[in-house]
Amino acid sequence: MKNSHKTRSKTIPLLVTVSPVVIWLILLVAAPLLYVFFLSFLSTDGYNVVFRFSFDNYINLLNPTYMEIYANSFIIAFFTTVICVLLGYPFAYIMARAKGKKRTMMMIMLMVPFWTNSLIRLNGWKTILGKTGVINSILVDSGLLNQPLEILYTRGAVLLGMVYTLIPYMILPLFASIDKLDHSLLEASNDLGANRKKTFLKITLPLTFAGIFSGTIMIFIPSLGYFFVSDIMGGGKSQLIGNLIENQFKAANNWPFGASLSMLLIFLILLIVTVYKKSGGNMEDLGVM
Amino acid sequence: MENRKAIVEIKNVNKLYGENHVVHNLDMQVYEGEFLTMLGPSGCGKTTILRMIGGFEEPSDGQILVEGERVEDKEPFERNVNTVFQSYALFPHMDIFNNIAYGLKMKKIKKAEIKERVDEMLQLVQLTGFEKRYPSQLSGGQKQRVAIARALINRPRVLLLDEPLGALDMKLRKEMQLELKNLQKQLGITFIYVTHDQEEALTMSDRIAIMNQGYLDQLDTPEQIYKKPATKFVADFIGESNIFEAMISEINGNIAKFGFEAGNAIGMLPEELTFEVDEMVYAGIRPEKLQYSLEEIDGFTLKGLVKEQIYVGNIIKSNILLSNGQIVKISRMDIEEVPKTGQIIYIHWNLSDIVLMKARAYKIYSLIENVDLGGA
Repeated sequence: MKNSHKTRSKTIPLLVTVSPVVIWLILLVAAPLLYVFFLSFLSTDGYNVVFRFSFDNYINLLNPTYMEIYANSFIIAFFTTVICVLLGYPFAYIMARAKGKKRTMMMIMLMVPFWTNSLIRLNGWKTILGKTGVINSILVDSGLLNQPLEILYTRGAVLLGMVYTLIPYMILPLFASIDKLDHSLLEASNDLGANRKKTFLKITLPLTFAGIFSGTIMIFIPSLGYFFVSDIMGGGKSQLIGNLIENQFKAANNWPFGASLSMLLIFLILLIVTVYKKSGGNMEDLGVM
Repeated sequence: MENRKAIVEIKNVNKLYGENHVVHNLDMQVYEGEFLTMLGPSGCGKTTILRMIGGFEEPSDGQILVEGERVEDKEPFERNVNTVFQSYALFPHMDIFNNIAYGLKMKKIKKAEIKERVDEMLQLVQLTGFEKRYPSQLSGGQKQRVAIARALINRPRVLLLDEPLGALDMKLRKEMQLELKNLQKQLGITFIYVTHDQEEALTMSDRIAIMNQGYLDQLDTPEQIYKKPATKFVADFIGESNIFEAMISEINGNIAKFGFEAGNAIGMLPEELTFEVDEMVYAGIRPEKLQYSLEEIDGFTLKGLVKEQIYVGNIIKSNILLSNGQIVKISRMDIEEVPKTGQIIYIHWNLSDIVLMKARAYKIYSLIENVDLGGA
């Protein structure tokens, strides 16, 4: 009890400094998550949410009609991630090794579109890929084709939109990890008998793996949920988990089921991060997380 | 010494980064089995030379030969040379065994032999039992040993070391200096060692190459470099020296009269170099060789005021202010021999103790003479 005065005099400043962060986290992270979690166990009467506890929404997740959507989502997400790694790695590598103006230019090229609204940029692609778009006009006018190609509103177009929107999230963590790489390690490897290819496989790649993983998490999960990309580029033809969730909250008016789908995505994120951590990954290396 | 076989030959090498001329017309030979140190302040081009021998930089022109073969166009791993990097450059994702074994694995040597040779190396650098540790779990000195073992396991003919002790504390540094020297003697491999620490260079090397702004100023044994510095820069950089700008006013046999700004003096001319009357030179005299008296000595008119005394360990240094404002130093071990503060003294020296150096301007002048400027 002797210490009570002391404790209090420390508690108050601590409360003042820490509480805004705590309030922020409660209001904007914990509360919505809890709400969605709670919502996912309720039911609907077709119009409104009714307070009847059930696991139906989770059982409904296994409905075979949704399996195709899940499969489609995973295929798109998988290829988006793979393409982002394949395109992003060389870009990040060149940018990390570049100096002065070239490096700044590459960073600007990457960041300026990133700051522009992605809906506007995706609609821009329509004028390039559409039936009367730039590519088709050139092909038809030059007589190479009789009929315009079906480029827009295909799975390929969705993939393109995904890669285009998400690639900065792959390049930035990759850039950070390649930039951190000590150049003398590569010289040492070269000195000890490894050519460029071997040095890349034995030294560069393993030491930048955290960057690849971080980028993968940042891309794989959002690409499951970016419904607007499949709306604009796929014309609503190819459905993703994101579209399914959007539909539940809008057209179908089934919020509880939408909430259980959201919980599924959250569970996936936790699963991937846990696997990373269990396999010896360093959480700090993820940086952005 | 002169008949020894050269293992690395550098012939008329220049290196330019854009406008920046880092190495000028370098010619030097490194002999088999010697410990050669490249010494100089930062930015003098010493590391660039090492990197050119190692294969990480290409010379802008000139030739580099290792074991008589030209190597300028060869990859680092195609040269019989290995490097110990300044920052150690150990692979952080591999344990010590795999770090040391890296070179052998690249050469696809059998596992049993790799194991045997890594064990041998660990024993050599006294790290037996550390195979399973990672670089982050080692101290600076231990990392240094792993870096050396990783290079030596490839049995190079020449080992290049780029300021390998730079990151260690003083005490460890001294220990590692001895260890490195012993290792080099024991293995008989040529070491080319880069440092900016003159003491390190003096203790370890068979020969020292002193670099100054991209020029090789002197390449000789530590003893010769201390006794007979070739340039003002060398005299200044190695140990302490009192240096006077001087004009030779008279030559009588091997004795010359000099005019300094602060007065006149005499000294003996070295046999290896020829000097002319009216030539500008630098005259250097070590503080421990500088003598003084209270009366003028024949041939010397240098007079000064004893300003202050500084005690450096067991050596007492006195600063003497000459009439032109230049300060010269006298150092003595015995307090009885130290001039008293406030005294006016005359300084002089034994005629053979003076070291004469050609001014670089003289060298440049002779270069210009040989250049065809065109026109006529």
